[in-house]
Amino acid sequence: MKFLVCISNVPDTTTKITFTPDNKAFNKAGVQFVINPWDEYALTRAIELKEAQGSGTVTVLNVGEADTEPNIRKALAIGADDAIRINAHPKDAFFVAKQIASVAKEGGYDVILMGKESIDYNGFQVHGMVGELLGIPTVAPAMKLDMSGNTATLEREIEGGKEIVEVNAPFVASCQQPMCEPRIPNMRGIMTARTKPLKVVEPTADAPRTEVDTFALPPAKQGVKLIAAENAGELIKLLRNEAKVI
Amino acid sequence: MSVLVVVECDGGEVKKSSLEVASYGSQVAQMLGTTATAIAVGEATEANLAKLGEQGIAKVLYDAEPRLKDFVNGAYTKLIATAAQKEDSKLIVLANSNIGAAVGSRLSIRLEASLATNVVALPKTDGGFSVKRGVFSGKAFADVELAGERKIIAVKKNSIEALHEEGKTAQVESFSAQLTDADFADAPKEVVMQDQAGGVLLPEADLVVSGGRGMKGPENWNLIEDLAKALGAATACSKPVSDVDWRPHHEHVGQTGITVSPNLYIACGISGAIQHLAGVNSSKVIVVINKDPEAPFFKAADYGIVGDVFDVLPKLTQAVKELN
Repeated sequence: MKFLVCISNVPDTTTKITFTPDNKAFNKAGVQFVINPWDEYALTRAIELKEAQGSGTVTVLNVGEADTEPNIRKALAIGADDAIRINAHPKDAFFVAKQIASVAKEGGYDVILMGKESIDYNGFQVHGMVGELLGIPTVAPAMKLDMSGNTATLEREIEGGKEIVEVNAPFVASCQQPMCEPRIPNMRGIMTARTKPLKVVEPTADAPRTEVDTFALPPAKQGVKLIAAENAGELIKLLRNEAKVI
Repeated sequence: MSVLVVVECDGGEVKKSSLEVASYGSQVAQMLGTTATAIAVGEATEANLAKLGEQGIAKVLYDAEPRLKDFVNGAYTKLIATAAQKEDSKLIVLANSNIGAAVGSRLSIRLEASLATNVVALPKTDGGFSVKRGVFSGKAFADVELAGERKIIAVKKNSIEALHEEGKTAQVESFSAQLTDADFADAPKEVVMQDQAGGVLLPEADLVVSGGRGMKGPENWNLIEDLAKALGAATACSKPVSDVDWRPHHEHVGQTGITVSPNLYIACGISGAIQHLAGVNSSKVIVVINKDPEAPFFKAADYGIVGDVFDVLPKLTQAVKELN
Protein backbone atom coordinates (compact mmCIF):
# COMPACT_ATOMS: atom_id res chain seq x y z
CA MET A 1 0.00 0.00 0.00
CA LYS A 2 1.05 3.55 -0.63
CA PHE A 3 0.83 5.78 2.44
CA LEU A 4 1.02 9.57 2.26
CA VAL A 5 1.75 11.24 5.61
CA CYS A 6 1.33 15.02 5.81
CA ILE A 7 3.47 16.77 8.42
CA SER A 8 3.70 20.38 9.52
CA ASN A 9 6.62 22.20 11.00
CA VAL A 10 5.56 23.87 14.27
CA PRO A 11 7.13 25.62 17.28
CA ASP A 12 8.16 23.19 20.02
CA THR A 13 5.40 22.67 22.62
CA THR A 14 7.40 24.52 25.31
CA THR A 15 7.67 27.69 23.19
CA LYS A 16 6.69 30.97 24.79
CA ILE A 17 4.61 32.57 22.05
CA THR A 18 5.52 36.13 20.99
CA PHE A 19 4.82 38.20 17.88
CA THR A 20 6.62 40.75 15.73
CA PRO A 21 6.22 44.37 16.97
CA ASP A 22 3.35 45.04 14.52
CA ASN A 23 1.57 41.85 15.75
CA LYS A 24 1.30 40.66 12.16
CA ALA A 25 3.47 37.55 12.41
CA PHE A 26 4.75 34.95 14.83
CA ASN A 27 8.22 35.80 16.14
CA LYS A 28 10.42 32.88 15.07
CA ALA A 29 13.58 34.23 16.73
CA GLY A 30 15.20 31.62 18.95
CA VAL A 31 12.31 29.17 18.47
CA GLN A 32 12.96 25.48 17.98
CA PHE A 33 10.70 23.89 15.34
CA VAL A 34 9.50 20.29 15.55
CA ILE A 35 7.29 17.88 13.64
CA ASN A 36 3.74 18.68 14.78
CA PRO A 37 3.13 16.25 17.70
CA TRP A 38 -0.22 15.07 16.28
CA ASP A 39 1.47 14.26 12.94
CA GLU A 40 3.92 11.97 14.75
CA TYR A 41 1.04 9.58 15.43
CA ALA A 42 0.18 9.53 11.71
CA LEU A 43 3.81 8.95 10.71
CA THR A 44 4.55 6.15 13.15
CA ARG A 45 1.25 4.35 12.47
CA ALA A 46 1.87 4.46 8.69
CA ILE A 47 5.33 2.93 9.22
CA GLU A 48 3.92 0.24 11.52
CA LEU A 49 1.19 -0.68 9.01
CA LYS A 50 3.69 -0.81 6.15
CA GLU A 51 5.96 -3.08 8.21
CA ALA A 52 3.02 -5.34 9.12
CA GLN A 53 2.07 -5.63 5.44
CA GLY A 54 5.67 -6.41 4.48
CA SER A 55 5.51 -4.15 1.43
CA GLY A 56 4.50 -0.66 0.38
CA THR A 57 5.86 2.83 0.83
CA VAL A 58 5.48 5.74 3.22
CA THR A 59 5.87 9.16 1.62
CA VAL A 60 6.12 12.27 3.78
CA LEU A 61 4.64 15.51 2.50
CA ASN A 62 5.26 18.97 3.89
CA VAL A 63 4.08 22.35 2.64
CA GLY A 64 6.88 24.67 3.70
CA GLU A 65 9.92 26.68 2.76
CA ALA A 66 13.46 25.25 2.79
CA ASP A 67 13.84 25.76 6.56
CA THR A 68 11.47 22.82 7.20
CA GLU A 69 13.90 20.30 5.66
CA PRO A 70 15.57 19.28 8.96
CA ASN A 71 12.19 18.04 10.21
CA ILE A 72 11.44 16.32 6.89
CA ARG A 73 14.81 14.52 7.24
CA LYS A 74 13.80 13.60 10.78
CA ALA A 75 10.62 11.97 9.44
CA LEU A 76 12.76 10.04 6.96
CA ALA A 77 15.04 9.00 9.83
CA ILE A 78 12.01 7.73 11.77
CA GLY A 79 11.26 5.44 8.84
CA ALA A 80 9.50 7.13 5.91
CA ASP A 81 10.84 6.06 2.49
CA ASP A 82 10.79 9.33 0.60
CA ALA A 83 9.58 12.89 0.93
CA ILE A 84 7.98 15.71 -1.02
CA ARG A 85 8.24 19.36 -0.03
CA ILE A 86 5.85 21.84 -1.63
CA ASN A 87 7.98 24.92 -1.76
CA ALA A 88 5.63 27.51 -0.24
CA HIS A 89 4.70 29.17 3.01
CA PRO A 90 1.56 27.35 4.27
CA LYS A 91 -0.75 30.36 3.91
CA ASP A 92 -3.96 28.81 5.25
CA ALA A 93 -5.71 25.44 5.58
CA PHE A 94 -7.40 25.73 2.18
CA PHE A 95 -4.10 26.48 0.42
CA VAL A 96 -2.39 23.55 2.17
CA ALA A 97 -5.30 21.18 1.41
CA LYS A 98 -5.13 22.10 -2.30
CA GLN A 99 -1.39 21.29 -2.35
CA ILE A 100 -1.93 17.94 -0.63
CA ALA A 101 -4.83 17.03 -2.92
CA SER A 102 -2.74 17.86 -5.97
CA VAL A 103 0.13 15.59 -4.82
CA ALA A 104 -2.30 12.85 -3.78
CA LYS A 105 -4.07 12.87 -7.15
CA GLU A 106 -0.82 12.49 -9.02
CA GLY A 107 0.67 9.85 -6.71
CA GLY A 108 -2.35 7.55 -6.38
CA TYR A 109 -1.98 7.01 -2.63
CA ASP A 110 -4.18 4.48 -0.81
CA VAL A 111 -4.08 5.98 2.66
CA ILE A 112 -3.56 9.66 3.50
CA LEU A 113 -2.75 10.34 7.14
CA MET A 114 -2.12 13.52 9.10
CA GLY A 115 -2.42 14.78 12.66
CA LYS A 116 -5.72 15.95 14.06
CA GLU A 117 -4.59 19.57 13.81
CA SER A 118 -1.38 21.58 13.96
CA ILE A 119 -0.48 22.98 17.37
CA ASP A 120 0.20 26.44 15.90
CA TYR A 121 -2.95 27.38 13.95
CA ASN A 122 -5.21 24.66 15.41
CA GLY A 123 -7.40 24.65 12.32
CA PHE A 124 -8.56 21.01 12.41
CA GLN A 125 -9.66 21.62 8.79
CA VAL A 126 -7.15 20.13 6.34
CA HIS A 127 -8.30 16.48 6.67
CA GLY A 128 -11.89 17.21 5.64
CA MET A 129 -10.87 19.58 2.86
CA VAL A 130 -8.50 17.00 1.35
CA GLY A 131 -11.16 14.26 1.59
CA GLU A 132 -13.73 16.47 -0.10
CA LEU A 133 -11.31 17.65 -2.81
CA LEU A 134 -10.49 14.02 -3.64
CA GLY A 135 -14.06 12.78 -3.16
CA ILE A 136 -13.02 10.16 -0.59
CA PRO A 137 -14.07 9.56 3.04
CA THR A 138 -12.36 11.27 5.96
CA VAL A 139 -12.27 9.86 9.47
CA ALA A 140 -11.42 12.55 12.01
CA PRO A 141 -10.16 12.44 14.68
CA ALA A 142 -9.03 8.81 14.63
CA MET A 143 -7.71 7.16 17.81
CA LYS A 144 -7.09 3.72 16.30
CA LEU A 145 -6.38 2.48 12.78
CA ASP A 146 -6.07 -1.12 11.61
CA MET A 147 -5.94 -2.38 8.03
CA SER A 148 -7.08 -5.70 6.64
CA GLY A 149 -6.50 -5.87 2.89
CA ASN A 150 -8.10 -2.79 1.43
CA THR A 151 -10.38 -2.18 4.42
CA ALA A 152 -9.56 -0.01 7.39
CA THR A 153 -11.20 -0.18 10.80
CA LEU A 154 -10.92 3.03 12.75
CA GLU A 155 -12.03 4.38 16.09
CA ARG A 156 -13.27 7.90 15.75
CA GLU A 157 -13.51 10.06 18.85
CA ILE A 158 -16.85 11.73 19.48
CA GLU A 159 -17.75 13.90 22.47
CA GLY A 160 -18.22 11.38 25.27
CA GLY A 161 -17.39 8.22 23.35
CA LYS A 162 -16.22 6.68 20.12
CA GLU A 163 -17.53 5.36 16.84
CA ILE A 164 -16.17 2.25 15.15
CA VAL A 165 -15.95 3.08 11.44
CA GLU A 166 -15.01 0.87 8.49
CA VAL A 167 -13.88 2.43 5.22
CA ASN A 168 -12.20 1.18 2.08
CA ALA A 169 -9.04 2.75 0.71
CA PRO A 170 -8.51 5.37 -0.51
CA PHE A 171 -9.39 7.45 2.54
CA VAL A 172 -8.06 10.25 4.75
CA ALA A 173 -7.64 9.96 8.52
CA SER A 174 -6.52 12.59 11.01
CA CYS A 175 -4.74 10.96 13.91
CA GLN A 176 -4.41 11.45 17.65
CA GLN A 177 -3.43 9.42 20.68
CA PRO A 178 -3.61 6.59 21.68
CA MET A 179 -3.08 5.39 18.10
CA CYS A 180 0.54 4.34 18.66
CA GLU A 181 3.70 5.21 20.53
CA PRO A 182 5.45 7.79 18.31
CA ARG A 183 8.93 6.61 17.32
CA ILE A 184 12.11 8.60 17.63
CA PRO A 185 14.93 8.28 15.10
CA ASN A 186 17.79 5.87 15.79
CA MET A 187 21.37 6.27 14.54
CA ARG A 188 20.89 3.94 11.58
CA GLY A 189 17.75 5.84 10.59
CA ILE A 190 19.58 9.16 10.77
CA MET A 191 22.38 7.82 8.53
CA THR A 192 20.04 6.36 5.89
CA ALA A 193 17.77 9.45 5.90
CA ARG A 194 20.57 11.52 4.35
CA THR A 195 20.32 9.69 1.06
CA LYS A 196 16.56 9.11 0.88
CA PRO A 197 14.85 11.05 -1.93
CA LEU A 198 13.41 14.47 -1.06
CA LYS A 199 11.62 16.03 -4.00
CA VAL A 200 10.88 19.76 -4.06
CA VAL A 201 7.74 20.75 -5.98
CA GLU A 202 6.45 24.25 -6.75
CA PRO A 203 2.93 25.05 -5.39
CA THR A 204 -0.30 25.30 -7.35
CA ALA A 205 -1.65 28.78 -8.06
CA ASP A 206 -4.49 28.56 -5.51
CA ALA A 207 -5.11 31.63 -3.36
CA PRO A 208 -5.81 31.29 0.38
CA ARG A 209 -9.32 32.07 1.60
CA THR A 210 -8.37 33.45 5.02
CA GLU A 211 -5.74 35.86 6.22
CA VAL A 212 -4.54 36.84 9.69
CA ASP A 213 -4.91 40.59 10.37
CA THR A 214 -3.32 40.67 13.82
CA PHE A 215 -2.26 38.39 16.64
CA ALA A 216 -2.80 39.06 20.34
CA LEU A 217 -1.82 37.43 23.61
CA PRO A 218 -4.48 36.65 26.22
CA PRO A 219 -4.81 39.22 29.04
CA ALA A 220 -2.53 38.52 32.01
CA LYS A 221 -4.06 37.10 35.19
CA GLN A 222 -4.59 39.54 38.08
CA GLY A 223 -2.57 37.43 40.50
CA VAL A 224 -3.51 34.51 42.68
CA LYS A 225 -5.54 34.84 45.89
CA LEU A 226 -4.16 32.34 48.39
CA ILE A 227 -6.32 30.58 50.96
CA ALA A 228 -4.73 28.81 53.93
CA ALA A 229 -4.91 25.02 53.76
CA GLU A 230 -6.52 24.84 57.25
CA ASN A 231 -9.37 27.02 55.95
CA ALA A 232 -9.82 25.16 52.68
CA GLY A 233 -13.63 25.35 53.00
CA GLU A 234 -13.32 29.14 52.68
CA LEU A 235 -12.41 28.62 49.00
CA ILE A 236 -15.84 27.15 48.26
CA LYS A 237 -17.53 30.23 49.73
CA LEU A 238 -15.34 32.52 47.59
CA LEU A 239 -16.17 30.50 44.47
CA ARG A 240 -19.88 30.96 45.15
CA ASN A 241 -20.04 34.51 46.50
CA GLU A 242 -17.08 36.27 44.87
CA ALA A 243 -16.28 34.43 41.62
CA LYS A 244 -19.91 33.27 41.26
CA VAL A 245 -18.99 30.11 39.36
CA ILE A 246 -20.69 27.48 41.55
CA MET B 1 -30.77 34.78 2.66
CA SER B 2 -30.66 33.57 6.27
CA VAL B 3 -27.80 32.58 8.54
CA LEU B 4 -27.77 28.78 8.84
CA VAL B 5 -26.96 27.37 12.27
CA VAL B 6 -26.07 23.70 12.73
CA VAL B 7 -27.56 22.41 15.98
CA GLU B 8 -26.27 19.12 17.44
CA CYS B 9 -28.74 17.09 19.48
CA ASP B 10 -28.24 14.04 21.64
CA GLY B 11 -30.89 11.89 23.31
CA GLY B 12 -33.59 14.41 22.34
CA GLU B 13 -31.79 17.38 23.93
CA VAL B 14 -29.98 20.22 22.16
CA LYS B 15 -26.32 20.19 23.30
CA LYS B 16 -25.24 23.15 25.43
CA SER B 17 -22.54 24.07 22.90
CA SER B 18 -25.24 24.22 20.22
CA LEU B 19 -27.33 26.63 22.33
CA GLU B 20 -24.25 28.88 22.22
CA VAL B 21 -23.90 28.36 18.47
CA ALA B 22 -27.59 29.22 17.96
CA SER B 23 -27.15 32.39 20.04
CA TYR B 24 -24.06 33.31 17.99
CA GLY B 25 -25.92 32.73 14.73
CA SER B 26 -28.97 34.76 15.68
CA GLN B 27 -26.80 37.69 16.83
CA VAL B 28 -24.84 37.69 13.57
CA ALA B 29 -28.10 37.45 11.64
CA GLN B 30 -29.29 40.57 13.42
CA MET B 31 -26.02 42.37 12.56
CA LEU B 32 -26.54 41.41 8.91
CA GLY B 33 -30.24 42.36 8.91
CA THR B 34 -31.57 38.85 8.40
CA THR B 35 -32.90 35.89 10.39
CA ALA B 36 -31.31 32.67 11.63
CA THR B 37 -32.48 29.22 10.57
CA ALA B 38 -31.25 26.09 12.35
CA ILE B 39 -30.68 22.67 10.82
CA ALA B 40 -30.83 20.00 13.53
CA VAL B 41 -28.67 16.86 13.49
CA GLY B 42 -28.79 13.89 15.86
CA GLU B 43 -31.73 12.69 17.92
CA ALA B 44 -34.06 15.61 18.64
CA THR B 45 -37.61 16.24 19.81
CA GLU B 46 -39.88 18.83 18.20
CA ALA B 47 -40.56 20.47 21.59
CA ASN B 48 -36.85 20.99 22.30
CA LEU B 49 -36.20 22.29 18.80
CA ALA B 50 -39.06 24.80 19.11
CA LYS B 51 -37.38 26.10 22.29
CA LEU B 52 -34.45 27.28 20.13
CA GLY B 53 -36.60 30.40 19.76
CA GLU B 54 -35.15 31.38 23.14
CA GLN B 55 -31.74 31.61 21.46
CA GLY B 56 -33.19 33.82 18.72
CA ILE B 57 -33.74 31.14 16.07
CA ALA B 58 -36.70 31.83 13.77
CA LYS B 59 -37.03 28.46 12.05
CA VAL B 60 -35.66 24.94 12.57
CA LEU B 61 -35.30 22.38 9.78
CA TYR B 62 -35.34 18.75 10.88
CA ASP B 63 -34.88 15.62 8.80
CA ALA B 64 -36.39 12.68 10.72
CA GLU B 65 -34.35 10.07 8.75
CA PRO B 66 -33.51 7.59 11.57
CA ARG B 67 -29.97 6.91 10.32
CA LEU B 68 -29.07 10.55 11.09
CA LYS B 69 -29.22 9.78 14.82
CA ASP B 70 -25.49 8.92 14.82
CA PHE B 71 -22.85 11.06 13.16
CA VAL B 72 -22.23 10.12 9.51
CA ASN B 73 -19.84 12.52 7.79
CA GLY B 74 -21.14 12.00 4.23
CA ALA B 75 -24.81 12.26 5.17
CA TYR B 76 -24.42 15.22 7.53
CA THR B 77 -22.39 17.15 4.95
CA LYS B 78 -25.05 16.63 2.27
CA LEU B 79 -27.89 17.45 4.68
CA ILE B 80 -26.34 20.76 5.72
CA ALA B 81 -25.26 21.67 2.16
CA THR B 82 -28.83 21.05 0.95
CA ALA B 83 -30.26 23.18 3.75
CA ALA B 84 -27.76 25.97 2.95
CA GLN B 85 -28.87 25.94 -0.68
CA LYS B 86 -32.58 25.93 0.25
CA GLU B 87 -32.08 28.88 2.59
CA ASP B 88 -29.61 30.59 0.24
CA SER B 89 -27.31 30.95 3.26
CA LYS B 90 -24.07 32.86 2.83
CA LEU B 91 -23.02 32.17 6.42
CA ILE B 92 -23.07 28.84 8.26
CA VAL B 93 -22.34 28.65 11.99
CA LEU B 94 -21.52 25.39 13.75
CA ALA B 95 -19.86 24.13 16.93
CA ASN B 96 -16.10 23.64 17.03
CA SER B 97 -16.76 20.03 17.99
CA ASN B 98 -15.58 16.78 16.46
CA ILE B 99 -18.78 16.83 14.39
CA GLY B 100 -18.55 20.51 13.50
CA ALA B 101 -14.92 20.29 12.38
CA ALA B 102 -15.49 17.13 10.33
CA VAL B 103 -18.51 18.54 8.53
CA GLY B 104 -17.41 22.17 8.34
CA SER B 105 -14.16 21.37 6.55
CA ARG B 106 -15.93 19.27 3.89
CA LEU B 107 -18.68 21.90 3.48
CA SER B 108 -16.11 24.65 2.92
CA ILE B 109 -14.92 22.85 -0.21
CA ARG B 110 -18.37 21.82 -1.42
CA LEU B 111 -19.85 25.31 -1.00
CA GLU B 112 -16.63 27.18 -1.92
CA ALA B 113 -16.71 28.94 1.43
CA SER B 114 -13.97 30.39 3.61
CA LEU B 115 -13.74 28.69 7.00
CA ALA B 116 -12.66 29.80 10.48
CA THR B 117 -12.62 27.28 13.36
CA ASN B 118 -12.07 27.79 17.10
CA VAL B 119 -13.82 31.18 16.94
CA VAL B 120 -14.29 32.96 20.29
CA ALA B 121 -16.17 36.19 19.50
CA LEU B 122 -18.81 37.72 17.23
CA PRO B 123 -17.46 38.91 13.86
CA LYS B 124 -16.34 42.44 13.03
CA THR B 125 -18.15 43.55 9.90
CA ASP B 126 -16.88 47.12 9.51
CA GLY B 127 -15.21 47.09 6.12
CA GLY B 128 -14.59 43.37 5.83
CA PHE B 129 -15.57 40.30 7.80
CA SER B 130 -13.15 39.16 10.48
CA VAL B 131 -13.38 36.85 13.48
CA LYS B 132 -11.21 36.30 16.54
CA ARG B 133 -10.01 32.73 16.93
CA GLY B 134 -7.78 30.84 19.34
CA VAL B 135 -4.33 29.89 17.99
CA PHE B 136 -1.12 28.34 19.36
CA SER B 137 -3.19 25.93 21.43
CA GLY B 138 -4.75 28.56 23.64
CA LYS B 139 -1.57 30.62 24.03
CA ALA B 140 -2.76 33.41 21.69
CA PHE B 141 -5.56 34.79 19.53
CA ALA B 142 -5.69 35.90 15.90
CA ASP B 143 -8.09 38.21 14.07
CA VAL B 144 -8.72 36.45 10.78
CA GLU B 145 -10.23 38.00 7.67
CA LEU B 146 -12.59 35.67 5.76
CA ALA B 147 -12.67 36.14 2.01
CA GLY B 148 -15.40 35.32 -0.49
CA GLU B 149 -19.17 35.42 -0.62
CA ARG B 150 -19.78 32.36 1.57
CA LYS B 151 -18.36 31.82 5.03
CA ILE B 152 -18.39 29.09 7.68
CA ILE B 153 -17.65 29.74 11.36
CA ALA B 154 -17.02 27.05 13.99
CA VAL B 155 -17.57 28.52 17.48
CA LYS B 156 -15.46 27.37 20.42
CA LYS B 157 -17.40 26.01 23.37
CA ASN B 158 -18.03 28.27 26.36
CA SER B 159 -16.82 31.38 24.56
CA ILE B 160 -20.28 32.83 23.79
CA GLU B 161 -23.00 33.38 26.39
CA ALA B 162 -26.20 31.55 25.35
CA LEU B 163 -29.26 33.82 25.03
CA HIS B 164 -32.43 32.93 26.93
CA GLU B 165 -35.45 34.89 25.75
CA GLU B 166 -38.08 33.14 27.84
CA GLY B 167 -41.18 31.98 25.98
CA LYS B 168 -40.02 32.62 22.39
CA THR B 169 -40.44 29.64 20.09
CA ALA B 170 -39.04 28.70 16.71
CA GLN B 171 -41.09 27.23 13.91
CA VAL B 172 -40.07 23.59 13.32
CA GLU B 173 -40.29 22.42 9.71
CA SER B 174 -39.71 18.91 8.46
CA PHE B 175 -37.04 18.84 5.81
CA SER B 176 -35.64 16.13 3.59
CA ALA B 177 -32.27 16.19 1.87
CA GLN B 178 -33.28 13.09 -0.15
CA LEU B 179 -30.40 11.11 1.36
CA THR B 180 -29.61 7.77 -0.26
CA ASP B 181 -27.74 4.67 0.93
CA ALA B 182 -24.56 6.00 -0.69
CA ASP B 183 -24.62 8.99 1.69
CA PHE B 184 -24.41 6.57 4.62
CA ALA B 185 -21.40 4.62 3.27
CA ASP B 186 -19.22 5.83 6.16
CA ALA B 187 -21.85 5.17 8.86
CA PRO B 188 -20.37 3.82 12.10
CA LYS B 189 -20.60 0.07 12.70
CA GLU B 190 -20.87 0.69 16.39
CA VAL B 191 -21.06 3.60 18.83
CA VAL B 192 -19.51 3.14 22.27
CA MET B 193 -20.19 5.72 24.96
CA GLN B 194 -17.89 6.09 27.97
CA ASP B 195 -18.96 5.78 31.56
CA GLN B 196 -18.67 9.32 32.83
CA ALA B 197 -18.05 9.86 36.52
CA GLY B 198 -21.11 11.79 37.67
CA GLY B 199 -22.44 11.79 34.12
CA VAL B 200 -20.77 15.06 33.09
CA LEU B 201 -18.98 15.10 29.72
CA LEU B 202 -15.61 16.84 29.88
CA PRO B 203 -15.86 18.76 26.57
CA GLU B 204 -19.28 20.17 27.53
CA ALA B 205 -18.55 20.74 31.24
CA ASP B 206 -18.94 24.08 33.06
CA LEU B 207 -16.94 22.82 36.03
CA VAL B 208 -13.87 20.58 35.89
CA VAL B 209 -11.84 18.92 38.64
CA SER B 210 -8.48 17.72 37.35
CA GLY B 211 -5.66 15.67 38.88
CA GLY B 212 -1.95 15.36 38.17
CA ARG B 213 0.98 13.28 39.31
CA GLY B 214 0.62 14.79 42.78
CA MET B 215 -2.34 12.42 43.25
CA LYS B 216 0.32 9.67 43.53
CA GLY B 217 -1.75 6.90 41.94
CA PRO B 218 -5.08 5.91 40.35
CA GLU B 219 -6.28 4.46 43.68
CA ASN B 220 -6.53 8.03 45.04
CA TRP B 221 -8.84 9.30 42.30
CA ASN B 222 -11.87 8.86 44.55
CA LEU B 223 -10.82 12.19 46.12
CA ILE B 224 -11.11 13.91 42.72
CA GLU B 225 -14.34 12.08 41.90
CA ASP B 226 -15.96 12.92 45.25
CA LEU B 227 -15.36 16.64 44.78
CA ALA B 228 -16.47 16.46 41.13
CA LYS B 229 -19.65 14.66 42.12
CA ALA B 230 -20.47 17.14 44.87
CA LEU B 231 -19.98 20.05 42.42
CA GLY B 232 -21.59 18.38 39.41
CA ALA B 233 -18.23 18.69 37.62
CA ALA B 234 -16.43 16.56 35.05
CA THR B 235 -13.07 14.95 35.87
CA ALA B 236 -9.86 15.48 33.91
CA CYS B 237 -6.14 14.82 34.22
CA SER B 238 -2.71 15.98 33.05
CA LYS B 239 -0.68 14.28 30.30
CA PRO B 240 1.72 12.33 32.57
CA VAL B 241 -1.30 10.79 34.29
CA SER B 242 -2.86 9.54 31.06
CA ASP B 243 0.57 8.49 29.74
CA VAL B 244 0.98 6.02 32.62
CA ASP B 245 -2.66 4.90 32.27
CA TRP B 246 -3.84 6.09 35.66
CA ARG B 247 -6.70 7.69 33.75
CA PRO B 248 -8.08 7.21 30.21
CA HIS B 249 -6.57 9.45 27.54
CA HIS B 250 -9.93 11.14 26.79
CA GLU B 251 -9.54 12.91 30.16
CA HIS B 252 -6.14 14.34 29.17
CA VAL B 253 -6.32 18.11 29.07
CA GLY B 254 -3.49 20.06 27.46
CA GLN B 255 -1.81 21.07 24.24
CA THR B 256 -2.03 17.59 22.68
CA GLY B 257 -5.17 16.54 24.54
CA ILE B 258 -8.48 18.31 24.94
CA THR B 259 -8.62 22.07 25.27
CA VAL B 260 -11.27 23.06 27.80
CA SER B 261 -12.73 26.45 28.66
CA PRO B 262 -15.03 25.83 31.64
CA ASN B 263 -16.21 28.44 34.14
CA LEU B 264 -14.16 26.73 36.85
CA TYR B 265 -11.06 24.54 36.56
CA ILE B 266 -9.69 23.04 39.78
CA ALA B 267 -6.16 21.63 39.34
CA CYS B 268 -5.07 19.18 42.05
CA GLY B 269 -1.43 18.15 42.25
CA ILE B 270 -0.63 19.53 38.77
CA SER B 271 2.55 21.62 38.55
CA GLY B 272 1.39 23.58 35.48
CA ALA B 273 3.73 22.77 32.58
CA ILE B 274 3.28 25.19 29.67
CA GLN B 275 1.67 22.42 27.59
CA HIS B 276 -0.96 21.82 30.28
CA LEU B 277 -1.67 25.55 30.69
CA ALA B 278 -2.31 25.77 26.95
CA GLY B 279 -5.23 23.40 27.37
CA VAL B 280 -6.89 25.26 30.26
CA ASN B 281 -5.95 28.93 30.17
CA SER B 282 -9.21 30.04 28.62
CA SER B 283 -11.05 28.79 31.73
CA LYS B 284 -12.86 31.67 33.46
CA VAL B 285 -11.63 30.84 36.98
CA ILE B 286 -8.65 28.61 37.79
CA VAL B 287 -8.04 27.13 41.24
CA VAL B 288 -4.69 25.47 41.97
CA ILE B 289 -4.04 23.12 44.90
CA ASN B 290 -0.41 22.10 45.24
CA LYS B 291 1.95 21.52 48.14
CA ASP B 292 4.80 23.20 46.24
CA PRO B 293 4.41 27.00 46.59
CA GLU B 294 6.79 27.39 43.61
CA ALA B 295 4.55 25.38 41.23
CA PRO B 296 4.28 27.48 38.03
CA PHE B 297 0.52 26.88 37.89
CA PHE B 298 -0.01 29.40 40.73
CA LYS B 299 1.03 32.18 38.31
CA ALA B 300 -1.91 31.30 36.06
CA ALA B 301 -4.40 30.82 38.90
CA ASP B 302 -7.14 33.02 40.35
CA TYR B 303 -7.31 31.15 43.67
CA GLY B 304 -4.73 28.88 45.23
CA ILE B 305 -4.19 26.66 48.22
CA VAL B 306 -0.64 25.69 49.15
CA GLY B 307 -1.24 22.36 50.80
CA ASP B 308 -1.45 18.60 50.55
CA VAL B 309 -4.19 17.48 48.14
CA PHE B 310 -4.94 14.50 50.38
CA ASP B 311 -5.78 16.86 53.22
CA VAL B 312 -7.40 19.69 51.21
CA LEU B 313 -9.68 17.75 48.82
CA PRO B 314 -11.88 16.09 51.51
CA LYS B 315 -12.29 19.50 53.16
CA LEU B 316 -13.46 21.03 49.89
CA THR B 317 -15.90 18.19 49.23
CA GLN B 318 -17.29 18.60 52.75
CA ALA B 319 -17.65 22.37 52.27
CA VAL B 320 -19.56 21.91 48.99
CA LYS B 321 -21.93 19.43 50.65
CA GLU B 322 -22.55 21.87 53.50
CA LEU B 323 -23.20 24.70 51.07
CA ASN B 324 -25.78 22.67 49.18
